[in-house]
Amino acid sequence: MVSGLINENPTVYERKERRVRTDSTNTDEFSVEPIDQLEIFDHIRDIRDPEHPYSLEQLKVLTEDSVEVDDGKSYVRVTFTPTVEHCSMATIIGLSVRVKLMRSLPPRYKIDIRVAPGSHATEAALNKQLNDKERVAAALENPNLVEMVDECLSPSFDDA
Amino acid sequence: MGSLNNLTEHLETFVDVTRSPTHHAESLKAIASSLEKGVLSINQLVVEMDMYLTTTDDVVRARGILLLAEILNHLKSKPLDNAVVHSLIAFFTSKLEEWRSLRGALTGCLALLKRKGVAGVVTATDAEAVAKSMAQNVQVQSFALHDRKLCFELWECLVEQYPEAMINLGNLIVFATCEAIDGEKDPPCLMVAFHVVELLARLFPSPSGPVASEASDLFEFISCYFPLHYTHTKGDEASIPREDLSRGLSLAISSTPFFEPYAIPLLLEKLSSSLPVAKVDSLKCLKDCAVKYGVHRMKKHYEGLWSALKDALYSSPGRDLSFGPEFLTSPGFEMDEIHREAADLLQRLVKQDISFLGLVVDDIRVNMVFDTISRYSRYEEMPDTSKLEVLVVSQILSVSARASVDSCNIIFQTFFFRLMNTLGIVETTSTGDLVHKENSTVSTRLYHGGLHLCIELLTASKDLIPSSEESSSTPGSAQQSWCSIVNRFSVPLIGAFTSAVQSSNDDCSADAYLGVKGLLAMGMFRGGSSPVSRSEFEKILTTLTSIITAESAKTVKWELALKALVCMGSFIDQYRESEKAMSYMGIVVENLVSLVRSSQCSLPYPLILEATSEVCSTRPKYVEKMVQGFEEAFCSSFSDFYANGNFKSIENCSQLLECVTNKLLPRVTEIDGLEKSLVHFAISMWNEIESSFVFSYDFNGREFVEAAMKTMGQIVGVALVDSQNSIIQKAYNVISSSTLPAMESIPLTFAALEGLQRDLSTRDELTLSLFASVIIGVSPKASIPDVKPLIKLFMVSFLKGYIPAAQALGSMVNKLGTGSGGANISTDCSLEEACEIIFHESFASGNTISSDDSSKSKCGSETLLSKICLGFYGSLDLQTRAITGLAWIGKGLLMRGDGRVNEIALVLMECLKSSNSSGNAMHPSAMKHAADAFLILMSDSGECLNRKFHAVIRPLYKQRFFSITVPILESLIVNCQTPLSRTMLHVALAHVISNVPVTVILDNTKKLLPMILEGLSVLSVDAVDKETLFSLLLVLSGTLTDTKGKQSVSDNAHRIIECLVKLTAYPHLMVVRETAIQCLATLLELPHGRIYPFRREVLQAVTKALDDPKRRVREEAIKCRQAWTSITSRSTPV
Repeated sequence: MVSGLINENPTVYERKERRVRTDSTNTDEFSVEPIDQLEIFDHIRDIRDPEHPYSLEQLKVLTEDSVEVDDGKSYVRVTFTPTVEHCSMATIIGLSVRVKLMRSLPPRYKIDIRVAPGSHATEAALNKQLNDKERVAAALENPNLVEMVDECLSPSFDDA
Repeated sequence: MGSLNNLTEHLETFVDVTRSPTHHAESLKAIASSLEKGVLSINQLVVEMDMYLTTTDDVVRARGILLLAEILNHLKSKPLDNAVVHSLIAFFTSKLEEWRSLRGALTGCLALLKRKGVAGVVTATDAEAVAKSMAQNVQVQSFALHDRKLCFELWECLVEQYPEAMINLGNLIVFATCEAIDGEKDPPCLMVAFHVVELLARLFPSPSGPVASEASDLFEFISCYFPLHYTHTKGDEASIPREDLSRGLSLAISSTPFFEPYAIPLLLEKLSSSLPVAKVDSLKCLKDCAVKYGVHRMKKHYEGLWSALKDALYSSPGRDLSFGPEFLTSPGFEMDEIHREAADLLQRLVKQDISFLGLVVDDIRVNMVFDTISRYSRYEEMPDTSKLEVLVVSQILSVSARASVDSCNIIFQTFFFRLMNTLGIVETTSTGDLVHKENSTVSTRLYHGGLHLCIELLTASKDLIPSSEESSSTPGSAQQSWCSIVNRFSVPLIGAFTSAVQSSNDDCSADAYLGVKGLLAMGMFRGGSSPVSRSEFEKILTTLTSIITAESAKTVKWELALKALVCMGSFIDQYRESEKAMSYMGIVVENLVSLVRSSQCSLPYPLILEATSEVCSTRPKYVEKMVQGFEEAFCSSFSDFYANGNFKSIENCSQLLECVTNKLLPRVTEIDGLEKSLVHFAISMWNEIESSFVFSYDFNGREFVEAAMKTMGQIVGVALVDSQNSIIQKAYNVISSSTLPAMESIPLTFAALEGLQRDLSTRDELTLSLFASVIIGVSPKASIPDVKPLIKLFMVSFLKGYIPAAQALGSMVNKLGTGSGGANISTDCSLEEACEIIFHESFASGNTISSDDSSKSKCGSETLLSKICLGFYGSLDLQTRAITGLAWIGKGLLMRGDGRVNEIALVLMECLKSSNSSGNAMHPSAMKHAADAFLILMSDSGECLNRKFHAVIRPLYKQRFFSITVPILESLIVNCQTPLSRTMLHVALAHVISNVPVTVILDNTKKLLPMILEGLSVLSVDAVDKETLFSLLLVLSGTLTDTKGKQSVSDNAHRIIECLVKLTAYPHLMVVRETAIQCLATLLELPHGRIYPFRREVLQAVTKALDDPKRRVREEAIKCRQAWTSITSRSTPV
């Protein structure tokens, strides 16, 4: 591991206000509320950056638009943008997003994680690594990695 | 000698530092109390303590001295010999030299110095000696916090109590104070220190005194704290709040005029800082200084002050006028603290010295505002800087005008003419005509900025009018000046504001807002010397009223006008302006009330009602007028309906009644005389019904009947007993003259009841419902005439399906005979008799089924009513009605704690069995009604039998019913044969369980839990029972979290989990799924060993819930799943 931080001084953006859902469907007992972009974004926006005390949303690694979802086809794709091109933390971030979604979405979903085109030096390799079932499973067998991922997913103090 | 032995023991205890503080306190208390009682004298004590006070062991000596000091502290009110006091103070004074025993010495000096009057006090000479010794020997800043605080308190006490002695010391004491404060950092000490400075300043007011000569040094020591900033804010709750300390500092700084040359420049400098706290503190402090330093000393700083003030006022950013009705009575924009303090200071300065106003009046920026005003006609068009300019200048001028009559005169003389000129408003000549200097019409020059400034000035000046008593005694010509200016312009001003309102359209609220606000300002001048004459005032009222009546929907303009009228109404009431009240009554109230009456208006009826009720609530007299109007309106609409069949009228009636219920009834306690008017209203309603013999038009007026019942019931509920009696009497008369009494004569036999197929006429239904709501609302003390026939009437009615009749019957049996003292005589029927009628007498007569007459006043399964309930006779309809009626009667009895309810419960439970005693199967619908009867019995009803309707409520009645019924229901469930009956029994049980206070459940968790679980699984079968299921689930979730229920929850864990897992997929109600998942998450608090085996099962269910159609369920599922996953040894992510 490198001793210094990969990105010493990241730009921190303001968090978007949580949209309160005001749809009238709540009153109807039998209407279906499909899993949508915002819901998935809500799951992953508070994941913490592995090396800074900020959430992925605050660092603009993730935005609402980076989530593409099709509830009917049970498919979701999250595109994240590492803060710097050579970020070695990108795998951990990607893994955290995947784990969080695996925990939050029904098993019927196929989850696709990728870095935004052109945002990372080893983009292709990274994408391959993040979507390779075997390698993900192997990574999650590694206690060190699991600990890091859990650290990123643990709830932070200011969003109770 | 025993006491002396004890004394030595106590002394040893206190001196021993290894003992705990509580031991110390105890021994101290023991010695003090023996001194107090006189068992021990001070002299004896001192002799006894000799060794401790003089020993060379520093620690013991310090403790000994402290003990003596603390004892004296306890004896502040015990009279002591002057010689004793003298020698004691001399002793402590000498000990001040010794730092080791300083704590005791300080405490002792303080205790002695604080002694008052007769108890024996320290002489001035001794006090002087203390002060000298303090000044020479005590290095305050070298001690710990508590000792430093004692030092400051000692100084404070010396300066406060012995001023002459301190004056003798002169410079010495000032030096000592400076030295003591230097470097102090703890708020509690500083608080006292600042007070010492303030006291010193008061002690040496002379310009040649020590404070005057040392002013520069002294100020330096205290000014370094300004502005106060706490570096450690948290974890110091006992400390002084910043505001208090800041106030103390401000008082110290402003304590003497000698500080002026140093203080004002410092404060002005801090005011220019960018720290908001510094600004606020400076402004506050400047205000104190302005008062204390006096006009003469402040004068040389006026220039600086004015420019600093302007900066402060202009600097607070982000202000903007808002044109909503809620801002009609406030300045219309948000002010932050800096802004408020700056305005306060400005007002203070102007009030104190009118010459300060010169700066304001001559200021270029202030004068420029007129250019700005005339440049933009619409507020929205102004750039932000101009908006700020207008707002700030308006505020500067209005604040200055508010300061005094003189300043107001100057401001008006200087600016008002110019303003009027800019606005193109021309004064009225003596003949009252407008002089048109130019050919401009008023409306072309309605600059919003100008209007705002004008309104601010008018609002400011109105507070300067003395109340009517004052003005008659001092008709000073000074105040006339501005008054006459306003007076000269009042007519055109009102015209200008009116035209602003009228020219406004919906998309721009600024015109309407400014216009209405202007009219409001013009209408709020008080008293006889008001610059607005009565006719003009009336014109304002007319304009506002016409705005309200002319609109056809609820627009901003409408709301503004209404708010303004309400403001004026309460203003008139507040200042008892009788003349204006008459105008208001004549123009506003009567107009609106007549609109209510005629309902011929473009405005929708509910809006007329809203406006009227808002406006009239400002004064009891108007309320009276309004209720009268309502009454007439109700009568005319009602008669219009039954004579002409106008359905619009009956709709109006409903709306009117709703208005009475929602707007007036809640305010009955606030408004005098409202109760009386409402009772009159109720009686009028009855009169109207009485006179409407036949409804020529039948209508399906459920809405109207419900509104009328609600109003009637609530009026009776709030009315006094006497008024209730008169309403009952009236209602009874109407009832007895109607066709309804015929029903009383129907023998309450099965055959006769069966024959009653004909429904009631609309009018009879209305009459009956209203009468029922009267009976429901009356207090037990009121007297009901002819109870027996009425009971029969209600019996027949509820058997025909009129629920209100059953509720009224329940109310009657609830309240009968409970009136206090002799009130019983007014009712001609006791509870016994009533029950006999209901359950026995007439039912039995003429009945072929012989009932057991020996068991009188019983209501068990032998009575006809019970037999109908059980389905022995009659149709299914009759049966279900009888069951519901029985439930309401039972509720009335239950709440008063009458034992007969047990038998009713038995009958109802009998109905739940699959077949009755003679083997006939119960109809499912009847069983359903019987099960729901338990809900009626146990739940709190909003319609009747509650506190509002004076129900007799015995404490713990629900608990009692619970303990009677639950065992029976349980055994019935166990022995139950058919699934239907089982379900119904569970529904009944669920109603009982979920309505009883949760503590009862927790006491019986062990017994109940299996039943609840079984109930949950039985109820989950049918969607009909979803609400019942949910309330039962809530009971379960209550037991899961409580410690009392822990053990049995743990024992039943497997069953609970099994049940909850099933409910996570309950399709009919989202909240059930959500709660079930939450409960599963709570179960994790159980011992690991109990829950671990179910991990797989729960995870499977919760994972399925991740795909729930509802988002809230999914969210809970994610949390729950995560929690359950984490109990496995390794946190596998999937």
